[in-house]
Amino acid sequence: MTGRDLLPIAVFALLAACVPLFVTSNVVLNFLVFTLIIALAAQGWNLLGGYGGQYSFGHAAFFGTGAYLTAILQVRYGMNAYPAFAAGIALAALVGLAIGFMAFRSGLRGSYFALVTLAFAEVFRVLANASEVTGGAAGILIRLRADPMNFQFAERGTFLWVAAALVTLALLATLALERSRLGAQLVAVRENEAAAQALGVDVLAVKLRAIVLSAGMTGAAGGLYAQYFLYLDAQIAYGTWISVEALLAPIVGGAGTVFGPLLGAVILHGLAEATKTIAGRIPGIDLVVFGIVLILVVRFPPRDIPGLLKRWRR
Amino acid sequence: MLNGLLTGAVYGLVALGLTLVYGVLHIINFAHGALLTAAMYAAYVARASFGVDPYVAALPLAALFFGVGYLVQRLVIGPASRGKDENILLVTLGLSIIIENLMLAVFRSDTRSIDVPYAMEVIEFGPALLSYPRVIGFGATILVGIALFVLMRFTATGKAIRAVAKERTGAALVGIDVAHIYAVTFGIGTACLAISAALLLPSFYVSPRVGNAFVLVAFTIVVLGGMGSVVGALVGGLVIGVVESLSGLYLGESLGQIGIFLIFILVLLVRPTGLFGARA
Repeated sequence: MTGRDLLPIAVFALLAACVPLFVTSNVVLNFLVFTLIIALAAQGWNLLGGYGGQYSFGHAAFFGTGAYLTAILQVRYGMNAYPAFAAGIALAALVGLAIGFMAFRSGLRGSYFALVTLAFAEVFRVLANASEVTGGAAGILIRLRADPMNFQFAERGTFLWVAAALVTLALLATLALERSRLGAQLVAVRENEAAAQALGVDVLAVKLRAIVLSAGMTGAAGGLYAQYFLYLDAQIAYGTWISVEALLAPIVGGAGTVFGPLLGAVILHGLAEATKTIAGRIPGIDLVVFGIVLILVVRFPPRDIPGLLKRWRR
Repeated sequence: MLNGLLTGAVYGLVALGLTLVYGVLHIINFAHGALLTAAMYAAYVARASFGVDPYVAALPLAALFFGVGYLVQRLVIGPASRGKDENILLVTLGLSIIIENLMLAVFRSDTRSIDVPYAMEVIEFGPALLSYPRVIGFGATILVGIALFVLMRFTATGKAIRAVAKERTGAALVGIDVAHIYAVTFGIGTACLAISAALLLPSFYVSPRVGNAFVLVAFTIVVLGGMGSVVGALVGGLVIGVVESLSGLYLGESLGQIGIFLIFILVLLVRPTGLFGARA
């Protein structure tokens, strides 16, 4: 890591740190915190999907686990919010290890891996919706006690700082991974699994490490969500929406890059807000935009755009 | 149990389209559930606005959705995916998001159902009471299955489809328009959905997310039956129908679905080629 690599991350951190000094609107702050939480979840997806080429359609399994454990430990067992949050991340990582172990050991790749992760997330959703400990269909509510000791803040701006700090950490971790031996091995597995194996890469071990890191990071996003919005149900925590958000942002912003997920989250949610403003409150219209952007990005990958423009000018 | 078998038949029909598309195009179509939702709304509108019985609407709807499927493959999925597996997953995911939310925008999130005089009628079959829509669904599924078999086996189009499924490059070399065959196959798969939609409507509700309830079920059936196997899809459908009704009976309403997901995960982990599948 050199100073030049760190500069954009420092710029992001500085910009994010300044926002609460100028923005006081709760609506805008809510929007920004939410976008940052999605960016964090997406960064988690990116570690496995972007660098490792393993497209998960079920990152909700990790998001929800992080969120539920953070909430349950506080509400049911009176634990302090910070260790609860840490425990949520740890359990999400563990769930990642378990799912990864089953899926990768069976050699599931590509579409099959996508489907099996989706199914795991759905199993969790059904269980959370029926179980006592998660509050069942009624959901779970974290009591509002605004105090920094409780990981709750009177000012929304403070929470924005926390979210931005976590996203900064995630960016640094991604950069570190990219430069590490593990990162190189992951990319090798993505590009050609058989060749990587032939060169002596322990493919299973590499994938497992990636899914653990990925799940932990997405679990952190879930814990953060619970702590900010103070309410969870099975559809929020384990719903397909978060799996889709987690993969959409990196793909739109650039999968397998440090800034892709953050960029994608900002673009998508910026567009969604803009659409809502223009089209009014038609339900689902912002998501239609998500779908269109996704298809366009796949059809015209951003790295091809300079070439397309050149052809168009001629 | 018997009712589960009958529901399973309609599941099988939903899965039939999916497995056909997979067998030929080697793609997993994530938009399958959303297309089913769209077809159910079409059947709903036909009944609610024009008073057309869903069973009567089935064939025109199938024709309409054949066209829709053809165009979607030709204009969106084909060009956007450029032949890559991951891209197809993403494009069909994008499509499903668009369709689902357009339905949400137009019809709002209310759950709707139609009233047909025969919805509650039952047929006595030995000791069992079978609901009329389910018996019709079962019969229609068998008919569609036979029709598909004949189509694939004896017509020029069917032969071309099988050729493309086996050997894409070879088929192109002997003058088969592969892009056209892809689109036709996708159209047939979508037409199967339209018929399933018409069959489901009398005994099922419709909402913008209803396709989700079916899509994982359909994937499970397809995986269980072996990707690309038509017989596998029908048998898989019957099995899943029974599993669903049994797990609903023993685990209760809210946990009932879990049986299907667990079967799905188990089959994928243990035998990804499915029970009837030869291809890996």
